[in-house]
This record gives sequence, C-alpha cells and structure tokens, in this order.
Amino acid sequence: MNGFEEFFVRLAEDSPRWNFVWLYDERQAERILSGLWMTVKLSIACVILSVIIGIAGAWMQGAKNRVARAIVQGYIQFFRNTPPLVQLLFFYFALGQFTPVVTGPDGWTQIPVISNVGWAIISLSFFAGAFNVEIFRAGIESVPYSTREAAESLGMTRTQTYTNVVFPLALRVSIPALSNNLINLVKTTTQAFAIAVPELLYESVSVWNDFPSAQNPTMLLLFVVYISLVGVLAFGMTSWERKLRIPGYGE
Amino acid sequence: MANRAIPGVAAHATTDLPVMLPFNPKAGAHDELLVSRWLASVPPRYVFFLLLLWPVAAFAQGVDYTTADAFVALWRWIPFLTFQGFVFNILISVCAMTIGTLAGAVLGLAHVSRLRIIRQVAWFVTQLFRNSPWLVLLFIVLLAFPFQIEVFGTTIPIPGWVKAVIGLSLPIMANISEIVRGAVQSVPSAQWEAAESLAFTRTQTLWQIILPQCFKRMIPPWMNWYAILTMATPLCSLLGVGENINFTRQAMEAEGNRPELLVPFFGYSLVLFFAYCYPIARATMALEKRFALKL
Amino acid sequence: MSTWTEDQPIVSIKNVRKAFGTLEVLKGVSMDIMKGEVVCIIGPSGSGKSTLIRCVNALNDIQGGSITVEGQEVHTENLDKLALRKKVGMVFQQYNLFPHKTALENIMMAPVKVLREDKADVKERARELLKKVRLYDKEDSYPGELSGGQQQRVAIARSLAMRPDVMLFDEVTAALDPETVKEVLVTIKDLAADGMTCILVTHEMGFARELADHIYFTDRGVIVEHGPPDTFFDNAKDPRTKEFLDQIL
Repeated sequence: MNGFEEFFVRLAEDSPRWNFVWLYDERQAERILSGLWMTVKLSIACVILSVIIGIAGAWMQGAKNRVARAIVQGYIQFFRNTPPLVQLLFFYFALGQFTPVVTGPDGWTQIPVISNVGWAIISLSFFAGAFNVEIFRAGIESVPYSTREAAESLGMTRTQTYTNVVFPLALRVSIPALSNNLINLVKTTTQAFAIAVPELLYESVSVWNDFPSAQNPTMLLLFVVYISLVGVLAFGMTSWERKLRIPGYGE
Repeated sequence: MANRAIPGVAAHATTDLPVMLPFNPKAGAHDELLVSRWLASVPPRYVFFLLLLWPVAAFAQGVDYTTADAFVALWRWIPFLTFQGFVFNILISVCAMTIGTLAGAVLGLAHVSRLRIIRQVAWFVTQLFRNSPWLVLLFIVLLAFPFQIEVFGTTIPIPGWVKAVIGLSLPIMANISEIVRGAVQSVPSAQWEAAESLAFTRTQTLWQIILPQCFKRMIPPWMNWYAILTMATPLCSLLGVGENINFTRQAMEAEGNRPELLVPFFGYSLVLFFAYCYPIARATMALEKRFALKL
Repeated sequence: MSTWTEDQPIVSIKNVRKAFGTLEVLKGVSMDIMKGEVVCIIGPSGSGKSTLIRCVNALNDIQGGSITVEGQEVHTENLDKLALRKKVGMVFQQYNLFPHKTALENIMMAPVKVLREDKADVKERARELLKKVRLYDKEDSYPGELSGGQQQRVAIARSLAMRPDVMLFDEVTAALDPETVKEVLVTIKDLAADGMTCILVTHEMGFARELADHIYFTDRGVIVEHGPPDTFFDNAKDPRTKEFLDQIL
C-alpha cells in the first residue's frame, strides 16, 4: 500500500463520511472503472447510432415515397413524446420477450440475443435519433433550393448533390443543436439504470449500498464524471464546429 | 438560445449573398420550447386516434390469457393507478415546479448581479445542475437528506416523495435561472441607461422597468419546463417513490406479470401523461404566439 | 437523332408551353439558335424568360411542344440528364456557389465528382479558367470572401469546366452592384468572342445591343418581336415592345 492509498485509509478512519473506498480498495475501484467504461461505451455507441438514425431519417423524409415519410414522421412523434424511461422499460420488458434466445456456453442457460445493454443502446439511440432527424432535416431545409439546382445543372445526381453539397452545408448549420441533443443523450444514459445496465450510476449505487461511508465521495465522483463527460463532448463539438467554419461568413 | 445562427453559414455574410436560409427546426433539440412545440403540433383529432390505437394494438397480440382479460384487470386498477399514482405525479411536479421557480428566480437574478463573485457562484450552480443527469441528482438528494429531522424535540419524518420533489427542483431551478437571465438580458441596455438617467436605483430599475417588460416572455418557456418536469416524474419510481409508473409495475406483478398486460398498463400511463401535458402544450404555444405578436 | 450537324440549330425550341398549376407562363414559344450565336431574351419581369431557359436544361419540365439540344430531345422520358448538362452550362442570378468550397474547388467539383476526370488535369484546367475570368489570385478564397462580381465570375468558370457547347445566363448581373456589373459582362464578352453559344436573359440593354446576334422580346408568355439588335432597338414595330423600350432606355 503506497502513501496515496494510506492517506485515504486514514481519512476514512478520521472522518467516517468521507471514505474514498474506490481509491484504495482494488475491487471497488474495478467496479467504478467498469461502470465508467460502460457509461463511456454506452454514450459512444448511442451517439454514433443516433447520428446514423438522424441522417438516414432526414434522408428518408426528403424521399418521394409517402409511406417512407409517414413512417419517419410516426417514429419521431412516438419517441418525442414519451419519457425515455418508459421507452426503456417498454423496449426491454415488452419487446425483450419476443427476441429469440440462444443456449449459453454451459449448455443449459438461456441467453437472450439482445442483452439489457443492447436494449439500452437501441432504446436510447432511437430516443436521441428522433431529435437528430428533426435537427438534420432543419439543416437540410436551410440549404437554399437554388444551391441544389446549381449542383443539378452541373450534372450531379440526387445522391451526389446530397453528399457533396447539401449534407456538408446542413451539417455545419446543425452542429449546435446536435451538440445539445448529444449532451442530453449522455445524461440520459443514466436511465439505463432502470434495466440494470451496470453503468456508472448503477455501480455507484451498489458501491454506496455496500459502503454507506463512501456515499459522499461517490456522489462527488458522479458530479465530476458527468460534468467532465458533458464538458469533453461540448468541447469536441465546439472545436469541430470551429474547424468546419467557412471563411468569409460569420464573425 | 433559440435559432442560434451558426457562425460561418447562417450568420451574416460579409457579402450580399444569401447563402443559407435561416436554420429553423420546428422542434430542434436546442429549441427551448421543444417539448411544447412538438406536443402542441399534434392535431386534436390524433388524440382520439391515439386513444383508439391503444386497445387495438393490445388486442392485436392476444393469445391464451386474452387481451380482454388484461383490460378487465386494468379496469380494476384504474382508480388506484389514477388517484393514488398519477395524482402523486402531479403533486410532485407542482411542488418541484414551485420550489424550482422560486429558487431559479433568485439564481437568475444573481446572474445579473453587480458583484462578480455572486455572478460566478450563480454560474457555477447553474452549470452544475443543468449538466448533471436528473437521475443522479435524484439519487444524491435521496441519500444526502436524512430520513427524519428533529425540530424543537419533535421528530419529523421526510418521506421519499419530498426528497423526490427536492431532487427534481434542482435541475428546474438551474433551467429557470437561465430563462430569467436570458429574459433580463434580452431587454435592450438602453432601458437600463434611460432608467439610470431618471435616477432610478439598480433595484428599482430591475423591479419596476426591466422585469415587467420580460415577465411575459418568460411564461411560455416556464410552462414548457413544467411539461418536461411532469414527464420526468416517472424517474422517481426508480427510487421507490409511489407514483404512477411504480404502481403500474406493482399492479402488473399482482396480476401475474403476464406479457399481455404490458401494452394496456403502460399504454394507460402514456395516455394519462399525454392527456395531462397536451393541453398545457397547446396553451404554451398559444401564449407564445400571442406574446410574440405583441413584443 | 444523332445526325445533328453544325448547320442545324444547336438549340431548337418549338411551340413550348409551360404552366405552373393554372398559371400559364409560356404559351407557345419558338426560337432557333445556331452554333456560336449570342441570343438575348428581354422583356418585363414575369414574362417567362427565366422559365424558358430553365426548360432548356431540364430544370423545369414543359407541358407541350419540344426543345432539342444538338438534335437531342430534352423533354422525354429517357433523357440522359448527365449528357444534357455536359452540353449545357448554366449561370444563375444568385451565383449559387458552394459556400464550403474554395473558388478552385467549386470549379473542380463537377468534373472530378460527376465526370470522374483526373484530378490533376482538372486542376490545371480550373486554374486556366480562373485566369480566363481574371481571378487567378483568388483560387484559395471561399465564396464568402469574394465580392458579388467575383463570385459570379467563378460561377461562370465553374460552368465552363464542364466544357459545355451552350451557356445559359439567367439575369446574371441582376443581383450585382453597378460597379461590378461591368467585370461580369466583360467576361461574357470574352466568351462570346471565343465562339461560345450564349443564351442570355438580361436587362442590360446596352450590352444586348452591342453583343447579341439576335434579340427576342417576350411578354406574357409569348415572343412579341424578335430581330437583330439594330432593327429591334431602332425600328420596333409592336406597341408593347415600344412601350417597354421607352420605359427602360
């Protein structure tokens, strides 16, 4: 045990409400770290998937096919208006029953194809994706029709116009709104707690259930971690926005 | 924050070229009236479709234990789920909104304080509670507050729902403070100067000139946050507070946890929340429109 | 119809009708344009001039009549849009440059992405085109950093990069400051001198008189009068033409 760990052991003895148990107890440290890692994985997976859903949905909303547009509209309407917590419960409990199961490596346990982590990723991505569709759609609408016509008159197909002109411009306009929504998504990953996904909040709660004396330090940790995660994301989005800034416009 | 133009594209160009049209998401996530705008955009006739869709979707599943049985079960539970459950959601939301509004107003005014240190503290508190997940705040309040307090020798227990109210009022406070700050700052600075030249003190200016001007424009976003808060009250179920979602799960357990129960029971919760938030959203957008014309 | 030869009209418009809903914009318009000709279409706003040239490169569809470019029918089901747009370049009133690309990239984009030509070749050609429109030093500037006249010249170069046979100009100077109009007109003049077939919708009467081989005057969806500039401007016969010219000159 090194000096650093000793310091916190002594601190826990002197002040029983400030037991930084995960700074000197390896098993608790592992729990917190695995929770943190799960939160990070959950956030990254949901961010990527929800952005893909957003782009695909916005593309479908511009489609000529009325059925495709109606499906996207229905999707947005449903996920917008219901609390993400209820969505999570509904996905996991209601849809979870209908997914096939496979037999586990031990030969007798039944493991569902989609785990609770899988359902959390799906549910949260669809939740945030619904907002992303609207954000990208608004971005696409802010590209003037005449700019699209110019691309068309240069011989570009609809897909070429979309990938070379419309989307790059729409993306730039959409970033601030996208950034807000993704921050909200990272915050919402805590609700995966409801279906026992072992993310940071879940692990923290189980740590302080085992060590009531570690409550204060763990709360502090939660604040610090979430504010940092949000901060990193916000910083990344801002610098991306700055990088994509077009010379000659704006400040 | 609404319709923040992207510096670089949608913002003013240095040339006379209208390169991009204004970015105007009807319900973009950055839009502060997002929830209300969306909810209010649902035409009233769809509300009836929704009500129809719910039993129809449920009946589409039916196997052994029929969906009809599930609805009979739901019928038995409806009074309990509504008057013991949902009424509690409303109670929690009203209390949290009251506390959050009062605290948020104070915090918002602290943002425009002349003392630098007060502004900094207000900024820190706002950022802390705006950027923390609601669920984390709920857990922290649940644990940080004692189960009971002693006042003049009598022991007053603090039930879970009171803690839930406090936990939910924290993010509301932070967001209301942003509304207040934004509204105060939206009044042109010439108004402050004009008042100063008429020998108003800073406090007098704030209360008699600035706040009356921006009070109206704070109402729609305030109502919007109330709708968001109401939809967040199911989070309390994770802390074991007796409210609609918690009781719904208990009721389904009592009925044998059959899969057929899920759609009718959760569907009923969705209908309740929708039925409560929808009129608020319509009213919010109506007010927003009316104030927008006058300002 | 690949039998087109240079003694036939390069663009042939026959009895074209076009309506937006119930509003009839073109009520049977015909004109033939020979290779190397410069044609100006003038007329009051709302007379269907812009619609007409937009129909030539299939940005708008038509309800009746026919348009052929180098013998190829434009408004058919199996139109090869890419082939048409290689032949016909278009410059817009609002320039419509892609704001996220530099001047050089704007010019290179279509040949590289659409025609899949070699990037180095295209770059060389793009630089030559920039030199031609007298913007050689602006290749790394973004549209937002250029004046309206400069942007419009880049837009002309961008169209030329596709090596079109016909150029359409849709009121290209209408959005410009008076002092930059001239630089754009000079560019178009250079083009005409090189033998490019140009169809212009314009309000610049002096320019039309100086440069055009033929002038068409449209009003309320029909061609009221047409002829070589001298006859047209000095001996207009139709009262509507006279009235218009009196107002504008």
